[in-house]
Parts: sequence; structure tokens; C-alpha cells
Amino acid sequence: MIPLSWYMALATILFCIGVCGFLTRRNVIVMLLSIELMLNGVNINLVAMSYFLESMRGQVFTFFIITVAAAEAAIGLGIAIALYRSRRTVHVDNLNQLKG
Amino acid sequence: MLTQLFFGYCALMIIMSGILAISLRNPVHCVLMVLVMFLHMAGLYLTLNAEFLAAVQIIVYAGAVLVLYLFVLFLVSLRDEIRLNPFVGNVWIGRGIAIGLALALITVLPSFIPGERGDWPLAAVREVTHTKAMGLELYTTYLLAFEIAGLILLVAVIGGLVLARREQGQPPDHEGDEVVPPAHRQLDNNEEVRR
Repeated sequence: MIPLSWYMALATILFCIGVCGFLTRRNVIVMLLSIELMLNGVNINLVAMSYFLESMRGQVFTFFIITVAAAEAAIGLGIAIALYRSRRTVHVDNLNQLKG
Repeated sequence: MLTQLFFGYCALMIIMSGILAISLRNPVHCVLMVLVMFLHMAGLYLTLNAEFLAAVQIIVYAGAVLVLYLFVLFLVSLRDEIRLNPFVGNVWIGRGIAIGLALALITVLPSFIPGERGDWPLAAVREVTHTKAMGLELYTTYLLAFEIAGLILLVAVIGGLVLARREQGQPPDHEGDEVVPPAHRQLDNNEEVRR
């Protein structure tokens, strides 16, 4: 029998790995991957809670998080392709057009 | 004992591949490391009696989302990948923030107080199988949320199509790839005049 705290510690570590990747990497696609890591950390937490509290709620939420992650990947990668198309010739160092 | 060994193996692989995924230079290697991580997370879900979620994790995450990432990586040539300024100037500041967050969260963990128990004990889930139990919850209690999730997916499909569509003013990727009809060319000229 594995205690709940092990799962929560693992989820915390995974979430913080995602935070670290998001803060330190510069590649847009790897940043999106780091967001996936963070979402998966949350998923571990939800499924573990749902198992230990004998409820289905957490697993249903995990299902919805997977949906949202898929949508986020589609939109984020669409934005990445659009950025690449519009700035193809230049080696982009800072995409700060939205800052005004 | 065997379960704990399996948990330890999965946790080790998840943490190692997670660290590798954010530290490798080549983005394709990063995506492959995340794939390894997703497979071991499916194993972790199996230790939590969530077979359906393990299957969904492999089919949707490893099968669909990561393939999407790989396709985009091959579309966007790796030579001049898209780069942003990092949010924090120094790499070590970012790592320090992440490590500090991890330490803070782990010290907070022991004060967690579990809530009241739900109405799906392990025996009940085993009796009707996990997929059916989850379907029962999903289509009764969370029906509205399920419909909204479907709507979100629809919006994502339309948004992805609109974002990734080639703009009409831009030249095609390869010469002779597509022929722009004259009417559209007229439109492009007008747009350029307006700019």
C-alpha cells in the first residue's frame, strides 16, 4: 500500500520541473511541453486523491484536464506555426510585438 | 511490496525523464522524453486503479498530443526554431524559483487534511468496472461540464485551423505549390495599399 503523501510529493516535484522548464527554456515548443508537465503533475494529484477519498470526482476532473490540454496544444502549436510563418527569414530573438 | 517497487520505478522514471525533457537541447528529444514520462504515468494510474485513465493517457496524450507536437517540430525547421526571451533573465534564477517552490510545497504537504469520503469505494468500482463507473459519473453528475468540454474541443479545432491557415498575402512555401487565383491577387494588392 502506497501512502497518499508519496503521490503528492511526486506530483509536486513534477509540477516544479514544469515550472523550471517554463521559466528557463526559450523554445516556444519546449515551453508548451513544460505546461504539459505541469498539467500532468496536477493529474497525478487528482487521481491519487480520488483513489484515497473513494470518489470519482478527481478522475472526472483529470478527464477534463486532458481535454483542455489537447485544446491548449492545438491552439498553442497553431500560434507557433503562425509566428514561424510571419517571421521566417529573421532569427527571432524577441517576439515582443504584443507589448505595444 | 511489488506495488511499492513499481511505484518507485515509475516515479524515478517520471522525474528523470521530466528533467531530461526540459534540459535536452534538441526539441525532438524533449518530446520523446515526455513520451517516456507519459507511458510511466499510465503505469502510475494503474497502481491507482484507474485503468480507463491509463488508456486515455496513452491514446490521447502519447498518441495524439505528442504526435501533434512532433508534426509541428518537423514543420518548423529546427535550424531557426522560434525563440522567446525567457521570463527571468538568469537561468539560475528560474531554477531557484522552481526549487524554492518545490521545497515550499513539500513542507506544506503534511498539513493536508483529507475531506470526507465519496460514494465510490474500491469494491464498488471493481464490481461495475472502472470504465462504467466513470461513465456513470460523467454522463449524470457532470453532464453539463462534459458538453462544455466538447464545445472547447470544437473551438480548439476551429482556432487551430484559423491560426495555422496560410494567409493569402504570403507567398506559398514552395514555388508552384499553389496557384493564387486572380481575384485573390487583387485582394492582396488592396490590402497592401491599405497598409
